[in-house]
Amino acid sequence: MGMAENLKFRNPEMAQNIASKIKSLAPKAGKIKICHVCGTHEWTITHFGLRSLLPENVEVIAGPGCPVCIVPAVEIDEAVQLAQKGVVITCFGDVLRVPGSKMSLLEAKATGADVRIVYATSDAVEMAKHEPRKQFAFFAVGFETTAPSTAVEALGNPPENLSFLVSHRLIPPAMELLLGVGDLQIDGFIAPGHVSAIIGLKPYELFPRVYRMPTVVAGFEPIDVLMSVYMIVKQHVEGKPKLENEYSRVVKPEGNLRALDIMNKAFTVVGGNWRGIGRLPDSALQLREFLADYDARLKFNVHVEQGKDILLGCECHLVIIGKIKPNQCPMFLKACTPEKPVGACMVSSEGTCRVWAKNVAVQE
Amino acid sequence: MCLAIPAKIMNIDGTKANVDFGQGVLREVNISLVEAKIGEYVLVHAGYAITVISEEEAKETLSLWNSVLEASQE
Repeated sequence: MGMAENLKFRNPEMAQNIASKIKSLAPKAGKIKICHVCGTHEWTITHFGLRSLLPENVEVIAGPGCPVCIVPAVEIDEAVQLAQKGVVITCFGDVLRVPGSKMSLLEAKATGADVRIVYATSDAVEMAKHEPRKQFAFFAVGFETTAPSTAVEALGNPPENLSFLVSHRLIPPAMELLLGVGDLQIDGFIAPGHVSAIIGLKPYELFPRVYRMPTVVAGFEPIDVLMSVYMIVKQHVEGKPKLENEYSRVVKPEGNLRALDIMNKAFTVVGGNWRGIGRLPDSALQLREFLADYDARLKFNVHVEQGKDILLGCECHLVIIGKIKPNQCPMFLKACTPEKPVGACMVSSEGTCRVWAKNVAVQE
Repeated sequence: MCLAIPAKIMNIDGTKANVDFGQGVLREVNISLVEAKIGEYVLVHAGYAITVISEEEAKETLSLWNSVLEASQE
C-alpha cells in the first residue's frame, strides 16, 4: 500500500470509466439526489471536480459533515467562559475561529485568555502535566472518529488539573434528521468512511430498511467516491435499496470494537444541540458519572443559557443541511471569505463554504 | 476533521508506536484503540491509530474497480 497503490486509487482512466457507467445508468434514474455527510468527502468531490463528471440528473450534496461547523454557539460560549475564568483552553486549530454568541476563542485569546492549539488529545494531557499549577480544559470537538481518543485520555488517569469540555456529536442521528427535512428529498446516502471505521455498518441499517434509502460507506479517494455514486445509482435504478461497503479495506462490518468499548466506558449518549439544526436526541456524548471530576462543565460550574448560532444574513443553517449550495448564500465570497469568515461553514477547513471558496475555479 | 492518513508501524512501545507516513520520517502515534503489529498499516487520525488497514481488502477493492472497468469495455 505504498505510493503506487495509492496512485491506482486515483487512476483517471478508471474514473472516466466509472463516470461513463454512471452516465449509461442515469437516464433510467430520473432525478437523483445523493447526500454525503463528511467534510473530507466534500473536499475530494470539490478538489477533483467530480461533480463535472456526473450527468445532469445526478446531484451530490453536502450534509452536516463538518464537526467544527455544527458545534453550537452555546458550547463556544462555554469554552470562552472557561477561558475567561483563567482556565487554559486547549483545542484543535479549526475550533479557534468558530463564532460564539459574542466572540470566538481567538477573540478571547486576543483579549488575554490562554488558548492553545494542540494536534492530538495527548498533547493536551502533556501540557497539563508540564504546568501543574494551571488548570487546563481540552475542548473535545469531533464525530465518532475523534471521540475515542478523548475517551482514551479521560480513562487513562489524566492529571488532576486537566478536564474535558466534551462537544462530541454522533453522525447517524443527523443523517436521520435529513430524511425528515421536507423539500430536501434525498435519494441515497454516501456514509462517512472514517466514522464508519469506528462504528461499523450496523448504525446505518435502518436507512435502507426503514427509509428505503440506498446507503454506501465510501472511502476518500476520487474513485472511492465515484464508485459509491455508481453503486447508489444502480441500487436506485434497480429499486433495491441496501447497505453496501465500498471502503472494506478500512471499514469492518462490526467497526472497531476496541474503540467502541473504550468510548462506551467513558461516555453516555445524550441529546445535543447542533448549530443551524437545533436539538437532536441521542446525538451527543457526555462523560460518565465516575469521570465527573474531569467534566469541565461541572468542575468549573460553567453555565450558558442560550447562544446565537447564526448571524443575520448568514445562511450556514441552510448550507449545513445541504438545502443550499455555498454560492447561493448572498455573503459567499463577498462579506464572508476564508480570511474574514462570518459563518462556521467558512471557518473550518472541512466546512462546505471553505472547501468551495478554496476551489472556486473547479466549481465554476 | 475526520481526515485520516495511512502509516506503517515501525516499532511499538506500550501504547505508543513510531509510524512511517511514507516519507521515511517517523512520527509517534497512540495505538490504544487498535491491535496492530509491527509492519502493519494503520489509519492515523489526530495522533491516534483508529483502525488497521487490511492489505487483502485493499487488493480486492482494486479488483472490484477493475471488474467495473472491464465490464464497461465490453
